[in-house]
Amino acid sequence: MIMTTNPAFLFVHAMNSLALGMNLFIIAVGLTLIFGVLRVINFAHGAFFMVGAYVLLSFTRWFEHPAIGFWIGAVAAMVTLGLIAYFVERHLLCHLYEKEHLLQLLFTFALVLIIGDITKIIWGPLQHSVSYPPGFNGAVNLGISYYPAYLLFLILLGPIIALFLWVILEYTRWGRIIRAARLDREMLLALGTNVKAVYSIVFVVGSALAGLGGALAVPRMAIEPGMDSLVIIDCFIIVIIGGLGSMWGSFLGAIILGISTIFGTLIFQEWEIVVVYMLLIIVLLWRPSGLLGTPEKERH
Amino acid sequence: MPFYVRKNFWTITALALLAILPLTGSRYSIDLTTQVLIYALFALSLNILVGYLGNLSFGHAAFFSIGGYTCAILLTTYNFPFLISFLTALAFSAIAAFLIGLVCVRRNHMYFAMLTLAFGMLVWAIALKWRPVTGGDDGFVGINIPTILSNPINFYYFTLLTSIIATYALWTICNSTFGQAMIAIRENQNRALFLGIDTQSIRLKAFVISGIFAGLSGILFALYNRGMYPESAFWTESGQVLIMVLLGGMHSFIGPILGAIALYSLEIFINQFTEYWQIVLGGILLIVVLIAPEGLAGGVIWVEKNFLKKS
Repeated sequence: MIMTTNPAFLFVHAMNSLALGMNLFIIAVGLTLIFGVLRVINFAHGAFFMVGAYVLLSFTRWFEHPAIGFWIGAVAAMVTLGLIAYFVERHLLCHLYEKEHLLQLLFTFALVLIIGDITKIIWGPLQHSVSYPPGFNGAVNLGISYYPAYLLFLILLGPIIALFLWVILEYTRWGRIIRAARLDREMLLALGTNVKAVYSIVFVVGSALAGLGGALAVPRMAIEPGMDSLVIIDCFIIVIIGGLGSMWGSFLGAIILGISTIFGTLIFQEWEIVVVYMLLIIVLLWRPSGLLGTPEKERH
Repeated sequence: MPFYVRKNFWTITALALLAILPLTGSRYSIDLTTQVLIYALFALSLNILVGYLGNLSFGHAAFFSIGGYTCAILLTTYNFPFLISFLTALAFSAIAAFLIGLVCVRRNHMYFAMLTLAFGMLVWAIALKWRPVTGGDDGFVGINIPTILSNPINFYYFTLLTSIIATYALWTICNSTFGQAMIAIRENQNRALFLGIDTQSIRLKAFVISGIFAGLSGILFALYNRGMYPESAFWTESGQVLIMVLLGGMHSFIGPILGAIALYSLEIFINQFTEYWQIVLGGILLIVVLIAPEGLAGGVIWVEKNFLKKS
């Protein structure tokens, strides 16, 4: 406990919270984006994240040059997930929009099982790890303390993605259409917009974000089958705390989860997870729609 | 045949077959049937929420494990008598379901599913991390079970009897006015509210009932395996039992039993050929969701309607 009064020590932990939070934000924002428009909770979002991580792994193995392998791999992860998502949305999920939520959720759960086994078939059951990409493997002097450059990159990338999405949603024609699709799908259809295309694009972009989040998480964690099942829980906690469908809500939720995970571990050791759930319960009792969520209008 | 025999012909036949099963002397079929009975009860308990109430729970394995772990710990660590351990484990499942339900029933649809999932994972995390009590990731092994139950045939009859009583209780609940109120909530929660049904209270009660019976199946599972493992609380376990419910048919009472039989037999069959059981499971789920949302029970009704009834 003496160590916790050391400012450099606290600073590093605060930064770690943000790095974790921003990495999770990149994934969770895709989930919340998809929910906002399609009204589907995608359980397979974690599986998409895992595929992104594995795609990056393959690229770093294929290319001799580690930097090229890493960054092309990150882009390839987004593209792969985009393609998978396009197929899933256009050929399978689109048949379920008019059905019960129950069937939609179970459909995405079926994807979790199938994708989980397919990754095991393709990449095998072993654990892998990838080091920081060149140029980001050192530490940066931030005055108070040195900090790993790659994690700093994640901390900066999170807000950049958030701002980018915010500008698109608020100030572009596509953003307006997406916001309209959230509010009233039928009216948008009546006004002549190709709502099907909007749904496809949102699902593809949201899933590509999961792929990117997975690719960028690789240097932070081990790649192994089953890595998806815990990430999806973190994403759910983030979007519940922040408010489903709210982009800034997931940003806030991700920071809160990052802080409570890192500092929870520091203070309560392995009981950190209980802190996270306590937080979740408190938020829900206080604001049932999440911190930045709007009360849900029941749609049928 | 007297009326009540004709009306319950299939039930009576099934029970008679189950009752004489140990006479075959096949240890394999006794073990298999015991496991199927346990999962069928688990699936039935979940169907209260999913089929009758229309609330998708993704954390039902939590109550299964709470029942199992509590019974295991009381029997072994504290050497409590069997009956007391058994009843306390049920009470613990009920209390846990009440507390978790208090939070979960505040929300509907997707929020409900995600909340139950989150709480299910909380229980998993506790089972995994509270090593001195639960045994951590090695599981809680070597449960002291009463000598009378250590014989597989006796245990089979014990499971059968418990399942029959529990199924009858669930059947009574589902066909009471309470069951009707649950269906009214499933069909239209607002309308049910306007009709004077206290929807939140009914949902909470249903959550607790469902939790108790899940706990009961967890107890049987722990006794059967003489151990309890954290994987039983993991969310994919909740997902698996949900698939049983859906495969069997969630809008029928016996659907989950059919689903448990079908899925469990299939798992054992498939595992002989490949380790990739999950992909088969996912494929089945995909087919059911996209093509046959009423499941096996829906199929049986369809066949009856189209081929068997001569009108």
